[in-house]
Amino acid sequence: MDQKPFSQGLLSSEADSQRTLYPYVTGTSVVALKYKDGILMAADMGGSYGSTLRYKSVERMKSIGKHSLLGASGELSDFQEILSYLDELILYDNMWDDGNSLGPKEVHSYLTRVMYNRRNKFNPLWSSLVLGGVKNGEKYLGMVSMIGVHFEDNHVATGFGNHLARPILREEWHENLSFEDGVKLLEKCMRVLLYRDRSAVNKLQIAKITEEGVTVSQPYSLKTFWGFSAFSNPTVGAEGSW
Amino acid sequence: MSKGMVDVPPKGGFSFDLCRRNDMLTQKGAKAPSYRKTGTTIVGLIFQDGVILGADTRATEGPIVCDKNCEKIHYMAPNIYCCGAGTAADTEAVTDMVSSQLQLHRYHTGRESRVVTALTLLKRHLFNYQGYVQAALVLGGVDVTGPHLHTIYPHGSTDTLPFATMGSGSLAAMSVFESKYKEGLTKDEGIKLVTEAICAGIFNDLGSGSNVDVCLITKGHKEYLRNHMLPNPRTYVSEKSYAFPKKIEVLLTKITPLKEKVEIIESSDAMEE
Repeated sequence: MDQKPFSQGLLSSEADSQRTLYPYVTGTSVVALKYKDGILMAADMGGSYGSTLRYKSVERMKSIGKHSLLGASGELSDFQEILSYLDELILYDNMWDDGNSLGPKEVHSYLTRVMYNRRNKFNPLWSSLVLGGVKNGEKYLGMVSMIGVHFEDNHVATGFGNHLARPILREEWHENLSFEDGVKLLEKCMRVLLYRDRSAVNKLQIAKITEEGVTVSQPYSLKTFWGFSAFSNPTVGAEGSW
Repeated sequence: MSKGMVDVPPKGGFSFDLCRRNDMLTQKGAKAPSYRKTGTTIVGLIFQDGVILGADTRATEGPIVCDKNCEKIHYMAPNIYCCGAGTAADTEAVTDMVSSQLQLHRYHTGRESRVVTALTLLKRHLFNYQGYVQAALVLGGVDVTGPHLHTIYPHGSTDTLPFATMGSGSLAAMSVFESKYKEGLTKDEGIKLVTEAICAGIFNDLGSGSNVDVCLITKGHKEYLRNHMLPNPRTYVSEKSYAFPKKIEVLLTKITPLKEKVEIIESSDAMEE
């Protein structure tokens, strides 16, 4: 293979094989909100390989350290890579053994730096991350996109969740939601996503993080309703149309 | 022009001369003028007595709002209305055209128009143009066979649905419908739900905004509620009204009637040659 001229640099085809161009195995949206005692986060368990639903038991939410919960959508291998970076980060933090531990704000900041630096090298980690946690009574919920856009809010969503779940959350979220209300609201969003996102699966987990720690629920399914009379007989009075 | 071209006299029909120049310009980076799109949220739902249609009122030209209060719910027949999203000219023209065709058909048959007639006329036209007529429509009405609600896509495919949304704000509006719609809604519940869905589009989608229009159709009765809700009122009004600069002094006034300057020729053959 002859050398490309120097001016082509990072964008030559030789360098292409060294960087992420498109995602392969992807997870769909993650939705999260702040409630009275902490953060609630929901994600389904599907890993799509293009348009095939390849993996149906992927856990896309993991606890980080003592105070944080990370959920990811997008390329799953990049999520696993990020988990290993965070492992190392938490390990070094523990080795200090100074009674202090990294809170969600710090982990979010670290993730932002990692994502933004990778994007600057034209080799992004193709994931959208949701980072939630509680430390010393303070709740924190933030998001980092694959290009390093980061922000903090009372409710966040990735991917399709931005279009389908955020409008519902903007209307119906309020301060000091109880646990049951928070779960009901998340389930409402996940149900709409199930109906309208082609890569969604009806098998989801809801994770909760409070001052006490992280609990990830067992996988379960949502009930759906298909009994509209227009669905069972759409062409009544309009024979021949569809 | 390349040297090998022979000057052929134009034979009539479409002249493709400018196509090459347009291609060359786009290759050099000049952007063609964009169409005025409605960038919209339009919705429809079936309730217990009929159909309710809703739309926002913002029309965009790229990043600019060119019309703050346009009408997106078009009249098709006394019992049929159609919301349009996509290129404004296309939605207007196609609904106007089919509305006229429906009226002629009514004269021909002596009967009230049916929603499927409008549906078939629209989809045949749109399919014929292979998607180049960029009109995405939500068609609703009540005829002898009952209430009907259809969506029509620019390429000519249609759906028959109990609730439908189209346009750039369709996902925000659909999230409201999917979580709150049920069969057998009353008139007030239906209007409230349609308004909520359009507001979700207005506040969560950048291509939709301004006010909410609602149109309610039942058997033998229709209510066109233009600007049913105005959730974006102008709240800031400057206390300083328009003040013109300090008065200009009038030094001299002279009025010259034009009649003195113009000669009027009274002649019977003034119009000839």
